Amino acid sequence: MAKIQIDGTFYEVKSEKNLLDNCLALGFDIPYFCFHPAMGSIGACRLCAVKKFANADDKRGRIVMSCMEPVVEGMIISTDDPDVKAFRESILEGLMANHPHDCPVCDEGGECHLQDMTVMTGHNYRRYTFKKRTHNNQYLGPYIKHEMNRCIQCYRCVRFYRNYAGGKDLNVFGSGNRVYFGRQQDGALESEFSGNLVEVCPTGVFTDKIFNKHYARKWDLAHTPSVCQQCSLGCNIIVSERYGMIRRVMNRYNGSVNGYFICDRGRFGHEFINSPDRIKKVHLRASKASELLEVDESCTLSDFMGKKVIGIGSPGASLESNFALLNLVGKENFSHGISEAEHKLTNQSIRLLQSRKVYSPSLKEIEKSDAILVLGEDIAKTAPMMALAVRQAARSESIKLGEKLGIPEWNDYAVRELDQNHQGPDFIVTPSATKIHELVEMAGQAFAKAENPLIITGISGGNEDILDACSTIADALKKQGKKLSVSIVFPECNSVGLALLDGLTLEETEERIDGRQKAEEKIDTVIILENDLYKRASKERIDAMLKKCRQVIVIDHLMNETARQADVLLPAAAFAESAGTVVNNEGRAQRFYSAVPLTGQLKPGWSWCNDQWENLDQVVNALVDAYPVFSAIKNQMPDADFRCSNEKIARQTMRSSGRTAMNANISVSEPKPPQDNDSPLAFSMEGYKGSPPSGLIPYYWSSGWNSVQATNKYLDEPDGHVRNGGDPGVRLFDDIDKE
Amino acid sequence: MLSLIRSIFYTFLHAFHKRETQDYPEKMPYLPPRYRGRIILSRDPDGKERCVACNLCAAVCPVDCISLQAAEGDDGRRYPEFFRINFSRCIYCGLCEEACPTYAIQLIPDFEMADYNRQNMVYEKEHLLISGQGKYHGFNFYKEAGVNMGVKATGGGENENQPVDLKSLIH
Ligand code: SF4
Ligand code: SF4
Ligand code: SF4
Ligand code: SF4
Ligand code: FES
Repeated sequence: MAKIQIDGTFYEVKSEKNLLDNCLALGFDIPYFCFHPAMGSIGACRLCAVKKFANADDKRGRIVMSCMEPVVEGMIISTDDPDVKAFRESILEGLMANHPHDCPVCDEGGECHLQDMTVMTGHNYRRYTFKKRTHNNQYLGPYIKHEMNRCIQCYRCVRFYRNYAGGKDLNVFGSGNRVYFGRQQDGALESEFSGNLVEVCPTGVFTDKIFNKHYARKWDLAHTPSVCQQCSLGCNIIVSERYGMIRRVMNRYNGSVNGYFICDRGRFGHEFINSPDRIKKVHLRASKASELLEVDESCTLSDFMGKKVIGIGSPGASLESNFALLNLVGKENFSHGISEAEHKLTNQSIRLLQSRKVYSPSLKEIEKSDAILVLGEDIAKTAPMMALAVRQAARSESIKLGEKLGIPEWNDYAVRELDQNHQGPDFIVTPSATKIHELVEMAGQAFAKAENPLIITGISGGNEDILDACSTIADALKKQGKKLSVSIVFPECNSVGLALLDGLTLEETEERIDGRQKAEEKIDTVIILENDLYKRASKERIDAMLKKCRQVIVIDHLMNETARQADVLLPAAAFAESAGTVVNNEGRAQRFYSAVPLTGQLKPGWSWCNDQWENLDQVVNALVDAYPVFSAIKNQMPDADFRCSNEKIARQTMRSSGRTAMNANISVSEPKPPQDNDSPLAFSMEGYKGSPPSGLIPYYWSSGWNSVQATNKYLDEPDGHVRNGGDPGVRLFDDIDKE
Repeated sequence: MLSLIRSIFYTFLHAFHKRETQDYPEKMPYLPPRYRGRIILSRDPDGKERCVACNLCAAVCPVDCISLQAAEGDDGRRYPEFFRINFSRCIYCGLCEEACPTYAIQLIPDFEMADYNRQNMVYEKEHLLISGQGKYHGFNFYKEAGVNMGVKATGGGENENQPVDLKSLIH
């Protein structure tokens, strides 16, 4: 900590952070381009100028770049000195000299950091009348559009893509006025984090091609806080809607999970919701031999219930939907719908994480580990954001070395020059070639000097021996006074949540349906909830199993192999159309909300399974009664009655347009906005627009900050934690620890 | 008594004044070209739709009565997939015209918008789009912009240099 004077007032600031970072944390609106809270500074854009005075008598001062300025006790600076303002404006004028006249057709428009900074610095009249420099664009694959004319040479893209995310195929070429950011030749970007360029680039050079296909301005979109369902890490996302259609996914900041970034699967993987393969209507089969046909009448699940029913849940469905099914068919008739091997390993993993022996770290904590063993899991594929966290952790030695030499971590270029791509003591080990005792030995060596040792393994590549070894290593480390962190990658977004409920394995389910052991328990109806069983076992096995049931009821959102076998097919709302809770690999329960009002016959899985429950809170209440392990969810997440200043929180922005025209083709009288009974969010532009509790932030906006850079206004400090309730989600395993 | 006679006298005088009553609709009144009446969408000098679906008119509209959806043609040209104005809400303030960066949306001196049925006052693009340039002649946004959307190549604009050749050694 240091005490410094900014614009005549004294502030306590953090000495390990640079001046710009500190000023932003204090709420000063200093314009900047190249600084990024997660990537530090390089001082490329020269926009973040402030005036620094040598002492109280110094009236002239000198202009310095705040992002390259360490804070020193007693420092005196001015952020709004006329010289500084003129300097910033002239920098912007320079950057704009070649900037094209594109805003109306630029996908960045309305959420453009360059637009914001232009307004903030006050540059508003073009004096440069010569010809503009132009660039050819490249084809960068199906996800990212390239429009190089708009570049302002801030270098953020290559710093993210290469330095932060380890990509190889995007670089900077040329020099002087010709500097070019792109690939050596046209071609799809290889990095699994390429989508972040859309948010990292302060201009419209890199834009989202998927979004472009059904584009809408940020101010027109209705935004909803959600959780990515593509892997077990549970990165936080914002899902945006316009005219009843899901338009895009952007990152939602969670200082303990994904921070400023998400992977491409999360960003671009939502389009299945708009797929023609979506099941939107009830389908029925009159007899086993006839075809599956759409019907218009509404119906409920109880119309089809048999006498002996078994319910198959899914690790890909929400806790509430799984529980509703369990509640419907009874504990002993509920199946997890996963193989015995996966079931066993998952349960063993959860027992390990729940035990006090090891600590289950968040992604942010993984970044801070100084020795990591990755055992048998290809995390780049099964948990991409974890791979990104490990990449940051691998720099821990270099950062320590830098600190020793007086180079702070934020001085990114200097630290990277220093380390020359040196990576810390990380080991990637495959279990097949390794015996347990070798493993323990290896860990012993790697962890000898480490303060925050971490073992990463997973269900898809791990085995029981690895988990046992973790216990052994944890015991050994305990003697040295260290706690071992263990992070386990699970196969699906709610694998952990499902495992905390009772349930059979797929093999046991097959046996029950077979009815050979206990004929009196022979099953006549099976209900399959959002689970494509054909992906979990061979076609023969599933065919045989389903054939033995008198009736197969499937509740799902996509016409997959299992859905095609149904006798009764009920349309389920996908994750972006319903609310629910999922538990990530760390044991963090997170709530997602529906981004679009439900229409037609679509219903969330839990609503199909129980028509008594009117909203999500009632399901959660029943869940907590039956499984107290989830009580933190009820206690800590705001329920549907929660209000901010007596208002629901508006999903739409205050500039949302077209309210009196968008439905006018159907009826000129404006309809009442759809109601959301499951959450404190409103499908409307009317409602609370301030800074809501951390888990309910629909979008980032602050006066003068229309771009994603407004995120920092919602944090206790840039790259810190979300204000107003801390990082979203509740950690379930910590609670167990306390008991 | 006197004032009464005076009033009758003045009323009588009016019989010889110029008549104020207009023979509308038999005789149409003159309205200046910049009178703010019915809204149209115009075309550029090449006869193509001027609107680039930037949404600025919709955003500025104080009664939110414009809604549209952007789409892109095969040549990359942006245009509105649909464009709807609910004239039963429009207050003819002209802010949409002022916000429009392409001169596409224009208010014209036609005020005959009344209808017995409100639903008839919802205009779609086919009702709005005219075949000419309206009040502003000669402007084609895609010639000024940097993007190549089928009108000019990148670097082919009047205010642009040819694209940088990264492989040449000379600047
Ligand atoms: S990058 Fe920003 S300033 Fe440039 S054309 Fe796009 S919206 Fe306008
Ligand atoms: S492409 Fe974007 S991120 Fe990269 S240097 Fe240009 S403006 Fe900055
Ligand atoms: S004239 Fe005014 S009220 Fe009418 S559409 Fe334009 S902005 Fe909206
Ligand atoms: S402001 Fe002009 S160009 Fe933009 S959407 Fe409206 S009419 Fe089209
Ligand atoms: S933000 Fe400081 S120089 Fe760019």
